[in-house]
Amino acid sequence: MIRHTVGRLAATVLIAVALAFFTLPMLWLASAPFDAGPAITTSVPEFTLRNFAAILDNPYALGSIRNSLIQGGGAAALVVVLAALAAYALSRVRVPGRDVLLYLLLLLSSVVTGTAAMVPIFELATRLDLIDTHLGVILVVSGGLLPAAIFILKDFMDETPTSYEESARVFGASPLQILRHIVVPLVRPGLATIAVWALASVWGGFLFQFILLRDPDKAPGSVILYTLYTEGGAPRLDLISTFSLLYSLPVVAMYLFVSHRYGFRFHGGIKR
Amino acid sequence: MAPTTSPPGDAAGLGKARAAAFVLPALVLIGVFLVFPALWTIYLGLTDYRLTGLAAADPQVVGLDNYTDALTDPRFLTSLWLTVAYVGGSAVIGQAGLGFTLAWILRGRTGPVRRAVEGVVLLSWILPSTVVGFLWFALLDRDDGTLNALLHTPGLAWLLDHPLLSIIVFNVWRGTAFSMMLYSAALENVPPSHLETARLAGAGVPQQLRDVVLPLIRRHVLTNLLLISLWTFNDFTPFVLTGGGPEGRSEILPVYVYNIALKGGELGAGAAVSFLILLINLIFALAYLRLLRGRRKSLTGPPA
Amino acid sequence: MTLPRRPAAIAALTVLALSSCGTGAPAGTEDVTLIIAANSISGGKNSESADWIKRWVIPEFERTHQNVKVLFQPSGVNDEQYKTKIALDLKSGTGADVIDLDGIWVGEFAQAGYVKPLTDVGGPTVDSWEGWSQIPQAVQGLGIFDGKKYGLPQGTDGRVLFYNKTLFAKAGLPEAWQPKNWEEIVAAGQKLKAAGVPAPIQINAGTAMGEATTMQGVLPLLAGAGSEIYTDGKWTGASQPLKDVLAFYQQLYSAGLSDPKLQQEAKGRDKSFAQFAAGKIGILAESDYFWRSVIEPKAGVAPMADRDTAVGYAKIPAKTPGGGIRGQDFVSMSGGAVRVLNPNSKNPKLAWDLLAFMHSAAAVKSQLAGQARISPRTDVNTEVLGADPMLEYVAEEVLPVTAYRPGLAVYPQVSVALQEATAAVVSGRGADEAATAYQSKLEGLVGGADHVTAG
Repeated sequence: MIRHTVGRLAATVLIAVALAFFTLPMLWLASAPFDAGPAITTSVPEFTLRNFAAILDNPYALGSIRNSLIQGGGAAALVVVLAALAAYALSRVRVPGRDVLLYLLLLLSSVVTGTAAMVPIFELATRLDLIDTHLGVILVVSGGLLPAAIFILKDFMDETPTSYEESARVFGASPLQILRHIVVPLVRPGLATIAVWALASVWGGFLFQFILLRDPDKAPGSVILYTLYTEGGAPRLDLISTFSLLYSLPVVAMYLFVSHRYGFRFHGGIKR
Repeated sequence: MAPTTSPPGDAAGLGKARAAAFVLPALVLIGVFLVFPALWTIYLGLTDYRLTGLAAADPQVVGLDNYTDALTDPRFLTSLWLTVAYVGGSAVIGQAGLGFTLAWILRGRTGPVRRAVEGVVLLSWILPSTVVGFLWFALLDRDDGTLNALLHTPGLAWLLDHPLLSIIVFNVWRGTAFSMMLYSAALENVPPSHLETARLAGAGVPQQLRDVVLPLIRRHVLTNLLLISLWTFNDFTPFVLTGGGPEGRSEILPVYVYNIALKGGELGAGAAVSFLILLINLIFALAYLRLLRGRRKSLTGPPA
Repeated sequence: MTLPRRPAAIAALTVLALSSCGTGAPAGTEDVTLIIAANSISGGKNSESADWIKRWVIPEFERTHQNVKVLFQPSGVNDEQYKTKIALDLKSGTGADVIDLDGIWVGEFAQAGYVKPLTDVGGPTVDSWEGWSQIPQAVQGLGIFDGKKYGLPQGTDGRVLFYNKTLFAKAGLPEAWQPKNWEEIVAAGQKLKAAGVPAPIQINAGTAMGEATTMQGVLPLLAGAGSEIYTDGKWTGASQPLKDVLAFYQQLYSAGLSDPKLQQEAKGRDKSFAQFAAGKIGILAESDYFWRSVIEPKAGVAPMADRDTAVGYAKIPAKTPGGGIRGQDFVSMSGGAVRVLNPNSKNPKLAWDLLAFMHSAAAVKSQLAGQARISPRTDVNTEVLGADPMLEYVAEEVLPVTAYRPGLAVYPQVSVALQEATAAVVSGRGADEAATAYQSKLEGLVGGADHVTAG
């Protein structure tokens, strides 16, 4: 009994510590945008909304968030659809060496997402006439995200029971119908998680977006954030903090929406 | 646990041809935008290619020179050990450890506490990486950082005196969400009755974890470690915090690659180091497999 | 059960919508399109310059050139990222017609075949341009590589010692201060320290400050010790002048005149600006950029309302009088951006017209827009610099003694090696030890001891 009480107490303390640890760094985002003289510090702000007016004056700020939505949303949709199809097939049909192959692709994705792959990626995009297009960004970042997405989704699919699929098949459903009406609802929280993960990964990415795009009217928020510096490279903290807040909101909103609507978990909808 | 894992056969009646059609779109995209540039990058690692200058006009194949140069460069070796410590500390111990602990404590709980903890942990994971750098700067700054204000330690330069520890703690904050979610899901597969039985038999929490929980979630642990190690090995975000400094004391491999490839313009050498990172990842993966194989025969065998 | 349909439909729609908004400048029937690329962007980095291109250059040029459409491709990111993007463009045979480059990149871009001499691209009219006679030879040097002109300079700057007169008064130092040798800098630092100034002298060091360490610290000091980093085809190794420079750094830190931590912080340079503005740093070596954009009373990043009365400036002295390069008493370093022509331009002659137009007296004056700044043109400078005594001082006193960096591909790595040597000294290692380590690193970078002068 004592052990149990001590355990509860320890758990409560740990929860409190974790809450503090994860919240503390975010305070700056809540204070600096409203501060008349923001610095690299979290302080009680001298309240103002002038920074928001200043960022709205920037001709690219709002448009860049729209571009982030196009590129991030496009990549998330592409990754979820392609990964779900592939993961399902790989989960249900045995291909010799599929796990090793998947892991090798995962390893290669680490090369492609690094700085060193810049020239091949750029040359490839140039030859495919994808420079300065949203599509180019979407395809390039999706290529880097897909192996991990398939890897994770295949894990889910492996764990969903196949008995429903078998009965549906008995009633004459096609494989695509089975996937759409039986498997997807089962792994929906997982798909939602992958979508948010893909969106968040694209949202913060800078290098490929920067080298692939030319027209600033197509640049995503991560690129515009990097322009809020002075000639000598000093950050304009008033603009950066305010823009950071505005630019984080869509991802947070998407997470809240998705987790409310579909759940945000790494397992299926059926308790077993 | 119900024995409903993927069957050896073909439950959905997919058939090889249709299965191939399902996989094909992903495979084409991966082939064009991943495998092809990755192989090209690996080839560049065998040349002295640079972004500008004479070597840009006429790159030469130099064989394994880039590799021998890297492996004899003390800066690379330092960077390698820093990275191993970074991955071990922040991913394997930090993210997986804290993620599991949170999942274990929150298991069975519902209501606002669970939602609040999950909410902030997930928020740290999805905030744009360009933004989190500034957040942590505001926290750890020497002169006016929030942490120094809270601890009453004015002037303590966390990022300079403890650069590796700082980026490790940072990455635990950044990435714990994934492990927490994965282990939450895994723990739901552990029937409470098994734990109850163990507890009645007098097993403490550590014994329960070892004898009841671990065998059931072994495969999730493997997936988790493989992915978070890979991601941490490629994580460039610490650059925003420390720039790899002071004096290279937080120059993990992705930052090292950035410094030589983008700042120094030596794309050939950078590509070679990228491939070395791949090999190191492979070594890590093999080690995890060996440690966690348990009753499973191999990675290609049926899932546990 | 409708969910799966939606992402698929959205994806399909997105792909459709996106493929329709591909590249391709508006290809008018016989209209010609020219593109200007610069590392500036409205509302962000170098905003004024971007606004000038959009609001003045483009309309004015289009007015006199019917059927020509000029587009602007802004960037506004850090220099290395911009350089990467431009290099990738030029390498793949695409890119803007008129391109902004840092003068220091001209050599490596020329070696890579990315840019060609102006006359090769723009034709013989280049040599007869009226502007050449207005640009001083030294400033033209920014765009010259191997004796050939690759670009037109956009302006230049100079490095001086800024000092806080308020702190100087407290320490009993003169209001008009001009050190004659390095010892006098140290002596002033010691008085400031005695008067309670936390970090009397800030001369950038370490790798975190990047090129700011080399440009504001090592190279001016090296020039003051009588040596340039690259002369007659050889790089300067662990020679006596370099050892003198490192010993000077060592002196600053062992005497507690500079804050070693500031040199290691990722945002150390920004902090040094804030600390100077807050009266915590007495003497700071910086470019005139510091005066124009950092402590500028209204729009600076670390504004000082009393800048004009409280901040003084002095030339950087040689180690001993007459001991600088070319036997000078005072030294400085300068840099600056240039504009080049893209050799792949479809309309090279028109591109040259545009480039020359952007460097005409009227254009340069319009770019300054009432701000004082050192332009490339003497005729413009005499007209505008009178408004700001500091910039007039740089133009008249500093530019005649200044020097430029070598524009070679390996320079950025040599620069890092120099930064590492200062970092070693800051963290307490000996100057000789740091110099030896630098020498061996340098030999590895530039292809052996044959390309290095030592001893």
